[in-house]
Amino acid sequence: MMSISRRGLLKTGAAAGVLAATGLPLRAEPKRGGMLRLGIAGANTSDSWDGRTHSDSYMIMTAHGAVFDCLTEVSASGELVGELAESWEASADAKTWTFKLRQGVTFHNGKAFGADDVIASLNMHTAEGAKSAAKPLVSAITEIKKVNDHEIVFTLAAGNADFPFLMSDYHLLMFPAGQIDEAIANGIGTGLYKVESFDPGVRTLLSRVDGHYKDGKAGWFDQIEVIAINDSSARMNALMTGQVDAVNRVDFKTEALLKANPNVEILEVTGNQHFTFPMLTKLDPFSDLKVRQALKHAINRQEMVDKILLGHGAVGNDHPIGPANQYFASDLPQNDYDPDKAKALLAEAGLDGLSVDLSASDGAFQGAVDAAQLYQASAKAAGININVVQEPADGYWSNVWLKKPWCACYWSGRATEDWMFSSAYEKGVPWNDTGWENDRFQELLLMARAELDSSKRKEMYTEMQMLCSSEGGTVVPMYANYVDAHSTKLANSGTIGNVFQMDGSRMMERWWMA
Amino acid sequence: MSQVLRIILQRIALGILTLFIVSIVIFTAVNMLPGDFAQAILGQGATPEAIESIRRDLGLDQPPIQRYFAWLAGAVQGDLGTSFAQANFSSFVGADSGGSDVTVATQIAPRFANTMFLAGVTACIAVPFSIMLGVLAALYRNSAFDRAANIFTLSSISSPEFFLAYVLILFLAVLNPVLPSLSNIYDGMEFGERLQKTLLPALTLTLVVTAHMMRMTRAAIINLLASPYIEMARLKGLSPLRVIVKHALPNALAPIINVVALNLAYLITGVVVVEVVFVYPGIGQLFVDGVKTRDIPLVQACCLIFAGAYILLNLTADILSILSNPRLRHPK
Repeated sequence: MMSISRRGLLKTGAAAGVLAATGLPLRAEPKRGGMLRLGIAGANTSDSWDGRTHSDSYMIMTAHGAVFDCLTEVSASGELVGELAESWEASADAKTWTFKLRQGVTFHNGKAFGADDVIASLNMHTAEGAKSAAKPLVSAITEIKKVNDHEIVFTLAAGNADFPFLMSDYHLLMFPAGQIDEAIANGIGTGLYKVESFDPGVRTLLSRVDGHYKDGKAGWFDQIEVIAINDSSARMNALMTGQVDAVNRVDFKTEALLKANPNVEILEVTGNQHFTFPMLTKLDPFSDLKVRQALKHAINRQEMVDKILLGHGAVGNDHPIGPANQYFASDLPQNDYDPDKAKALLAEAGLDGLSVDLSASDGAFQGAVDAAQLYQASAKAAGININVVQEPADGYWSNVWLKKPWCACYWSGRATEDWMFSSAYEKGVPWNDTGWENDRFQELLLMARAELDSSKRKEMYTEMQMLCSSEGGTVVPMYANYVDAHSTKLANSGTIGNVFQMDGSRMMERWWMA
Repeated sequence: MSQVLRIILQRIALGILTLFIVSIVIFTAVNMLPGDFAQAILGQGATPEAIESIRRDLGLDQPPIQRYFAWLAGAVQGDLGTSFAQANFSSFVGADSGGSDVTVATQIAPRFANTMFLAGVTACIAVPFSIMLGVLAALYRNSAFDRAANIFTLSSISSPEFFLAYVLILFLAVLNPVLPSLSNIYDGMEFGERLQKTLLPALTLTLVVTAHMMRMTRAAIINLLASPYIEMARLKGLSPLRVIVKHALPNALAPIINVVALNLAYLITGVVVVEVVFVYPGIGQLFVDGVKTRDIPLVQACCLIFAGAYILLNLTADILSILSNPRLRHPK
């Protein structure tokens, strides 16, 4: 192929045509400089730098996305790349994992990063009395062996092919060993940005570290101000009036106004976040497979996406695996709205019509009560009478979810199939919110977990999604998009991560001033 | 003077009793809300064991009466305790962290200072503005000006605060970008910038409190204008403005002071909505957070501050109206 220099290409009149033909978007090269100001929802006055406590977007974005690093990272295009780990290798049974750590990395206080820090940081999650959400991930490790300062061997209780993926979890931040208290108090990590000031629930000011191992690949802003704005109108206003450069969680109702503003762009991706209606399959009438299937055909999913999410989502197919997962099966037969089929299924179950209670509250997800009412209306055509029980949002997760026979629920999704399934679909786990047990599913779950061959895993996970979809106890009406917005002053690579909001929570690292 | 002192002491004693009752009411109310801190903080992740362990750590497994008196014993000695969120966080960190020094008091102090700053700025604008408006309305009563002032202030007090806030944002931040819509003040901000950022919320609050003070000023003055001594002043040939400012206003001060005090108290306790709209880091947001998570020590402390503000300002108003009234100053 003839080689053309970039300058030469631009000089010729054919430049535009050639670029159009290659399909490459015209993007400026990233450049250093400027201050990024973010208006972020999901901040609390009780926020801290302790990764074990992180659950909301503000701290996930600032800690995981700027100040701290994990061993691995999910790139914008969805592949797993090394962050503090350089490479990793598994034994044939996926039980023993050897990680090589990056050399020459220092914490913000000057301490060198090494194997001891990894051990101490992971042990935080299994410490006596610690209530970390990542505890199950870490307690699956039976032994951590330090080979030398930059090599470490993990032995797992059972084979897990996803282990390096799990190490990218936002709870598993790397802290300096022996100085963990200090690091939690002041936010001392190995990330691109160090903490200048931190006022929990109000404001965080970060500045770029000089000489970082990600130099040239990420970290373009000199300074970052993260302002906590939990009120959605205030957040939209701040962006509209140019007081912040980007905001998360755009209010769908005001999205049209943002779109009308020429200085604002909407950032929308479909990730794994999904809404569900789990039924307790141990109870009548949900113990009858035909009844479950009838209910799955009595819901108009597209209508829900259009009316509840105002189009900002995608229809679900009654399994919890989403587009941000590796082995998402997008070509499964879709459970569609078919009142006649639902009626026929009920008849097969020996039922002439059905009357069930559906508990919902906006504490489950925004619009859950409306969604339940839409379900009620669409199910009527199938001769199913859904009685919508409006529950108080307070204490919803303690008093309704897992307790009422059928209710509304929300899942943010998980980075790996195994993690998602073993959180809420595996036999006997506490969050199995349907009590559904299927021998084949259980068998596949254990097999796929230890399987290192990617094509075999794909087959297994496809079959598992199929099983959930056709026999499981959960109705998944829709995936909710992550909708954020930013000023046109910002630029990005064109590839946006979808594991979490704001470019997989990495906007601070990956974006730059246009 | 001893009379005044006696009243003050009596009022302070009554105030303390009121605070005590308020604390009981709040404690009962928060306990009656569905759910508790453990359930609120764990959300979907709540398992019976996790709830149990948080409740044990925070002492929520004790009977309410015992918890209340434990809190009261601390509060009487000036120790408002540690917020549940903070205590729970400390237990997260494990025993090795050596305890945290973040108490409710240290959490509230900077937020309260911010709220006082906003209240102060608002008072500096609202009090002179509404008294002046009231005097002018009394002077030109039943004129077009009087009517316009009445309609303007009454319609602004009748509108919900967030609506006023959005109208101001629309005109002063979006259409004519003269003021920032975000009041995210922080420590170490320069006074000028801080003032500029505080201006929009202060103007919103001004609109909310003006009507009450302005109407009271107007009514109190008009009430006096029928008195014989005003007629005398007029007969002496004094100008209407001089009659009102020099002769009527001093005698109308008592009711005006009362209504000003009431509104100042509102500026401290009623700013929750305005703080949320403008993202102003005051005590209101902290309070809302506290109620949401059933963080009883935090809610109690905030409520005591709110109640204390009312009691103190009312007391000040009473004393000032006594001092402004010679008949009360020298009782026979």
